[in-house]
Amino acid sequence: MLLHDIAHARTGDKGNLVTISLIAYRAEDFALLERAVTAERVAAHFREVIEGPVERYGLPQLGALNFVLRRPMANSVTRSLLLDAHGKCLGSALLAMEVEPEG
Amino acid sequence: MKRVRIGAGAGYSGDRIDPAVELAEKGALDYLVFECLAERTIALAQKARLRDPAAGYDPLLEERMEAVLALCAQRGIRIVSNMGAANPMAAAEKTLDIARRMGLRGVRIAAVTGDDVIESLRSGMVTAQALEGALPPAARWLSANAYMGMTPIVDALAAGANVILTGRVADPALFLAPLVHEFGWDVQDWNLMGQGTVVGHLLECAGQLTGGYFADPEWKDGRKNGRKDVPGLARLGFPLAEVSADGCAEFSKVEGSGGLLNRATCTEQLLYEIQDPAAYYTPDVVADFSGVSIEETGRDRVRVTGGRGRARPATLKVSVGYHDGFIGEGQISYAGLNALARAELARDILAERLAGDSLAEVRFDLIGLNSIHGALLSRDAAVPYEIRLRAAGRAESHAAAARVVREVEALYTNGPAGGGGASGMTREIVAIASALVPRDGISPRVEMFEA
Repeated sequence: MLLHDIAHARTGDKGNLVTISLIAYRAEDFALLERAVTAERVAAHFREVIEGPVERYGLPQLGALNFVLRRPMANSVTRSLLLDAHGKCLGSALLAMEVEPEG
Repeated sequence: MKRVRIGAGAGYSGDRIDPAVELAEKGALDYLVFECLAERTIALAQKARLRDPAAGYDPLLEERMEAVLALCAQRGIRIVSNMGAANPMAAAEKTLDIARRMGLRGVRIAAVTGDDVIESLRSGMVTAQALEGALPPAARWLSANAYMGMTPIVDALAAGANVILTGRVADPALFLAPLVHEFGWDVQDWNLMGQGTVVGHLLECAGQLTGGYFADPEWKDGRKNGRKDVPGLARLGFPLAEVSADGCAEFSKVEGSGGLLNRATCTEQLLYEIQDPAAYYTPDVVADFSGVSIEETGRDRVRVTGGRGRARPATLKVSVGYHDGFIGEGQISYAGLNALARAELARDILAERLAGDSLAEVRFDLIGLNSIHGALLSRDAAVPYEIRLRAAGRAESHAAAARVVREVEALYTNGPAGGGGASGMTREIVAIASALVPRDGISPRVEMFEA
């Protein structure tokens, strides 16, 4: 299934950092997010548009993960030649990731 | 039991004004807060002030004040805003003019200053520690502003201000200050400061809490899925919080407004632009969102509790706005049969024409195919009927950036068949570098005006 089937996301930016929250619609799906959407997988998913490792934080009581991604300095919000200089569209790209439910 | 009602009147400088009027009319508010100062906005405002010493505050200040000032004065709603931007004194004077013009007597307007540290950094009176690498050369600086905390706003409220206009303060402080003033909170009760910061953080982007930046309409098996549908987005209502003395906050929006307020919208906004949720740095507290709980208590109504905090940091963040060259950008469309091949040919022509030019970086996008996330994430896209080619280049000089625009336009007569709708623009890059300064390098001041 796609992450879009079980979770929603919001993207924010701070300088050359992009933050993406990933939130399960149902509490019982949080375990799947936690297991399947690792920082390493997110880094691989976005390898064309980010640089370096991804940090991941969890808020289990809200069924939420929070990812912090780093863009190349040339792509900081102000200098970027990208059409979406803030990276606001990245959260929707995360929801296109495939995950395998257990069993 | 005393409760304080705070409404969010704006989430950025250009935000809609009618939802703020609706909140002031129907929200039974005690405070209406306008957050209008994004990271770069103050540098742009500083440029405006250099051209005209009476300018440099929010471009919509006048329109906003004309829309809400009389209403707020009638109902005893106090206004707090960072619309002072690079010139809080001029913003206060302008607001005073508007109050007088409207015949509003006795309105007290406070200007909060002290955030502008460009002179003390330039003279070396205050030393800044760059957060990443080194600060750019001082000759390129346009602005340098410290993120001040709630203290000067609390002081202005204690002095009886009805309207408070600040320059750079931390966004949550605009909301935390009224709570500290009303409840007499101990500003070293870090858990209370943390919970107050949660309230401010949730409100500071206004419509982003009530269904803005959220909708993702979905159809499944021929019917609407409904999980991320938001009703009435064209008349989105802005949020308000009703806060108790213990910090417990109920968020809602006024009856009849569009939008949606639930656990999902609140969770997205709680994490918006947050790195480590257990350590959100502000001048007033290091807030900890990791124990926050969000409970739906009714339709479009949620209760938020559990924000905590640790002692405030010893340093304050400074944002230095600086000139970083120019960007030139042009676009042209190709449509119909073979549109993609013609757009690709146009791109190759531009690449050849602009090669060896004094551009630091050039980028080409095929809008409609892969312009946002590149080829990897845009995989399997079918060839579209129309493609818009976009070329963008960054350069130190304006002339070099402008050449990108000219070369795109020249494709009309020199490029592939059937190019249409060319457009272009150049803009100056105002970049931001962050640094830390010691707290005692900043002296907040409050200046009071009365109509």
